[in-house]
Amino acid sequence: MAEVKDPDDRENELPDPLAIPDLAPGCMAMSKPYVAAPEMQKRLGFPGELVENWQDRAIEKMAELRGKYRSFRVFLDSCVKCGACTDKCHYFLGTGDPKNMPVARQDLLRQVYRRHFTLAGKYLPWLVGARDLTEQVLDDWYSYFHQCSQCRRCSVYCPYGIDTAEISMAGREIMDSIGKGQKYSNEIIGKVRTIGNNLGLPKKALKATLEDLEEEVLEETGVPVRFPLDEQGAEIMLVAPSADYFAEPHIAGLIGYAKVFHQAGTSWTISSHALEAANFGMFIGSYENMREIALRIRQAAQDLGVKRIVFGECGHAWRAAYSFLDTLAGPFDFLDQRYPIPQHICEFTYDLMQAGKLNFDKSKNDHVRLTFHDSCNIARGSRLGDKPGGQFDIPRAILKACCNHFYDMAPDTIKESTLCCGGGGGLLTDELIEIRKAGAQPRMRALQQVASDHGVTHMAAMCAICKAQFSKVLPMYGFDREAVVSVHQMVSNAIILNPGAQKLAGADAKD
Amino acid sequence: MLTVAFAALFYLATAVLVGGLAYRIWEYAKTPAPLKIPTTPAPTTHTGVAMRLAREVVLFESLFKANKWIWLFGWAFHAALLVVLLRHLRYFTQPVWEWVVLIQPFGVYAGFVMVAGLLGLWARRLLVPRIRYISAPSDHLMLALLVGIGVSGLLMKYVARTDIVATKSFFLGLLTFNWQKLPSDPILLVHLGLVAALMLVFPFSKLLHAPGLFFSPTRNQVDNSRERRHLSNWAREMQTDRS
Repeated sequence: MAEVKDPDDRENELPDPLAIPDLAPGCMAMSKPYVAAPEMQKRLGFPGELVENWQDRAIEKMAELRGKYRSFRVFLDSCVKCGACTDKCHYFLGTGDPKNMPVARQDLLRQVYRRHFTLAGKYLPWLVGARDLTEQVLDDWYSYFHQCSQCRRCSVYCPYGIDTAEISMAGREIMDSIGKGQKYSNEIIGKVRTIGNNLGLPKKALKATLEDLEEEVLEETGVPVRFPLDEQGAEIMLVAPSADYFAEPHIAGLIGYAKVFHQAGTSWTISSHALEAANFGMFIGSYENMREIALRIRQAAQDLGVKRIVFGECGHAWRAAYSFLDTLAGPFDFLDQRYPIPQHICEFTYDLMQAGKLNFDKSKNDHVRLTFHDSCNIARGSRLGDKPGGQFDIPRAILKACCNHFYDMAPDTIKESTLCCGGGGGLLTDELIEIRKAGAQPRMRALQQVASDHGVTHMAAMCAICKAQFSKVLPMYGFDREAVVSVHQMVSNAIILNPGAQKLAGADAKD
Repeated sequence: MLTVAFAALFYLATAVLVGGLAYRIWEYAKTPAPLKIPTTPAPTTHTGVAMRLAREVVLFESLFKANKWIWLFGWAFHAALLVVLLRHLRYFTQPVWEWVVLIQPFGVYAGFVMVAGLLGLWARRLLVPRIRYISAPSDHLMLALLVGIGVSGLLMKYVARTDIVATKSFFLGLLTFNWQKLPSDPILLVHLGLVAALMLVFPFSKLLHAPGLFFSPTRNQVDNSRERRHLSNWAREMQTDRS
């Protein structure tokens, strides 16, 4: 990749990641995901096709959401159109389509809300920009609520904390309720509810993969690191995104988790029943679906008799776990209360580092000059560790412990200001590649800057979607697709293994 | 006749403002927030949340992060409006409270700052294409209303002074139900009419951002989802399978 340059020598050839584009009205109106097939819809409890009286049903649903979610009501009432959010969405920065400005995206729903639920909108619609729910408006909803990755960047900057993610979730929930669902998300939710993971991986294939991994790691390191599946009585159940079992660079991260568990000397297991950390119920704003998926994790933990639940590297999955799991599927009074419920693999690794139980050979990562992409839902929708901001500090501490060369990207593109990868929130599907590429542009430009300034060659991420999305879009911006790495891939490279540290499931009980 | 009309108008406007806002606040308060959605990093204690909200209310912290121009105009307008409102307490108290007397000189300048802030915001609404795009007629009208109030107030102070003693006895009369005659000075009537209009639209417009901020779950929730179970009533009802 790029050679190291003195920042002062960098002629202004590199574009500003946050440069504000000119307005290009309607330029992304045609970007729409495929509509879910009728049987897919019905499986989740939604009408198969657009119902006859869809306008009325949508307004009824809106009334229901208004009574059930304070966020929905307060956010729709409070916006003053100050414009603070208008240049904060990565999809707006990448496309210039004004309906990708957070406030304008919200207004697609707010204008209908005002028409039906406010005095001014009922009697003076022209004055307050209220509109009826026409086919054209529904069309805009379908396009633009699927151009929001629910990354919450806008909510950081809004003076009232209005979170467009809440509005796009509500929009999708309303559309599902009238029979216009999104194929990608709803198909995946169906797979989780029937097979247990987003990819529809059967247990047999999973078992074979894990056995291969054990062999591979043994061959490479000479140490018998285990990848246990469905082992009763293990101390820890790992819940990782299913991509960790087959996709690159995800799988390298999984190997990292296994090595850390090995060093910890703690028994652990993967569950085939709850093989999936992701919870796409969140993307479509469906509490019911989110709850169904979360309950699988509770069920698996009870069936296996584990004492702790640890989540793998996944962004929105960690938000759903950290912020919602206890609400949706708690109380987890059957787990060991001395540990956070649930715990993140980075917290687990970091705690071991603090306890002096992990040793690293940093030189193993000397071929890498690293930066770190804060995944949006971890950064702005959750926490790691016991202090606010731990979600920024802990992964960086881990990476710096494993790698000699670490450089952050520009301050206004990381931590709470981090940019979404462009593929989150149910957008990681091929037919949306145009908006995905455009949405990745600010992050890619920030990466180009740090590559130019510090010769950065790799970017670590801790989210299955970020990793998949970057693998796809990095080449479109002149990088190698393998420039994205897992956080625990760096751990895996550098960790010094101690043969025989691992305990077998059930061994703890006999101690 | 004029006195009766304005007296009735102000009683009505006050009732709508107080009653309407109380109703909205009750609506917001009774609507559950079923999920923990604070925008993180968020405070882990209630004290921390109170501090976060205080910073938003007093300093407009998030807006400052977002855009320095909007912050400058918006904050200057709101801060000046506060001083102006406090200064106006002199027309409703007899004798005038001492601290109101003390802020009197600042109050007069604040009138100019208030109008300048509003004009700055309006200029952005007209000149920045992104903000022009998201503006509805009501957004311009709201600014016009506030500018009208500020300018008519300043006119009475610096250009065509009104009979302030008589005006004050009108408002004291309203408070004590001992009605006094309102001077028929046109600028005063415009000023008071616009203020009454603002009070009337408050509970039905985007001015609800004032109570809304305190009920915004991304700002007012404590980040403690792993320590304390958070469950709304309607979610509890779904949970028939467990305790």
